[in-house]
Amino acid sequence: MERNIAQIALFAAMIAALGLVPQITLGFGVPITAQTLGVMLAGAVLGARRGAAAAALFLLLVALGLPLLAGGRGGLGAFVAPTAGFALGFPVAAFATGLFVEHVRLRSAGLAAGLGAVFGGIVVLYVFGATGLAIVARKSLLEAFTLVAVFIPGDLLKAAITGMLVQALARLRPQTLAWHRQAAGTGDLRL
Amino acid sequence: MISLTSPVETRAHRWPAGLKLGGLCLASTALFLVGDIAIHAAALGAVLALYAAPGPVFLRAGLRSLRVVLPFVAVLLGWHAIAGDMRMGLLVTLRMVTLVALANLVTMTTGLEDLVDLIRRLTAPLRRLGLPTQLLEIAIPLVIRFTPVLVARAETLAEAWRARSRRRPGWRLILPLTLQALDDADHVGEALRARGGPLGPHGQE
Repeated sequence: MERNIAQIALFAAMIAALGLVPQITLGFGVPITAQTLGVMLAGAVLGARRGAAAAALFLLLVALGLPLLAGGRGGLGAFVAPTAGFALGFPVAAFATGLFVEHVRLRSAGLAAGLGAVFGGIVVLYVFGATGLAIVARKSLLEAFTLVAVFIPGDLLKAAITGMLVQALARLRPQTLAWHRQAAGTGDLRL
Repeated sequence: MISLTSPVETRAHRWPAGLKLGGLCLASTALFLVGDIAIHAAALGAVLALYAAPGPVFLRAGLRSLRVVLPFVAVLLGWHAIAGDMRMGLLVTLRMVTLVALANLVTMTTGLEDLVDLIRRLTAPLRRLGLPTQLLEIAIPLVIRFTPVLVARAETLAEAWRARSRRRPGWRLILPLTLQALDDADHVGEALRARGGPLGPHGQE
């Protein structure tokens, strides 16, 4: 119980800290950041519910006016920006990533985490991001998708990094990955 | 990174947190609805005047906390200069700086207790429904406390990397950072348990 609270809080802090890695910005005000790597990691390491809680806690602090979003943005303004869809999608993306690693059993924890990150941190997150951009910039959903598609290669890289990190975690600190431990213990059908 | 409450006592420190956050919300929304550069420049001027009002110490602390957006400003302006849409670049940049400055201003003049207190009052209806919302009051300060700690750790790790390699450290720092954060979480969890648990001595599950 106490450890759950602490892990949720620490991963919310991780999402914030990763947003401060020097970043490059391409057009339309949607920055490429390591922040979504934090979201993928939260889901892949903590699992669906705690991962989503960490991302939601992070958003709450942003809403309180703390400049924790990538590029030092924050406050309620971040929730009306062109990137608002991405920000609001963070908890859902972490949840989807966690759901994937918890239910799709693969022998390699890293592969499961990497694919989970593609599903949650890219597929699900981009649905939210493109919808947000379409609403704010008054574009069609398809146009919005084309605009944000520029960032998909960067995010694929982040999903791969998530996979490598979780693979290393499974070796160095297996007790952290509750979903992996359960998979190893229950003798489920594993691919 | 997070400008914690300014030690320079201003009149705004005594205003209710709800009022300040409500004002911030209104001002942020208004800035997003306005597309006129002159109004944005005036808004930034007004915010800077608010920074200057409590004296030079407050102003310096405020400007220091704004420094994090400078690289972002440069990149945005550069991008729009190349794209040939300087007007848009200026607008976006002005708005960004003003929004961060305003958010920082609220943070600088509002104690953490006041903010957590506000959350407690806002979530009171949920608590009556049986949700353990007091967990939020533990989690929020933890995040605020540990974000700068993790950023400082990342900087230390980057320095150690640079001492050994000429390549950029990049994502390779994230694994040691994550491991340290997980260790921290264990320690914090134990500390919380030693103090009676997050639900208090009478609320244990």
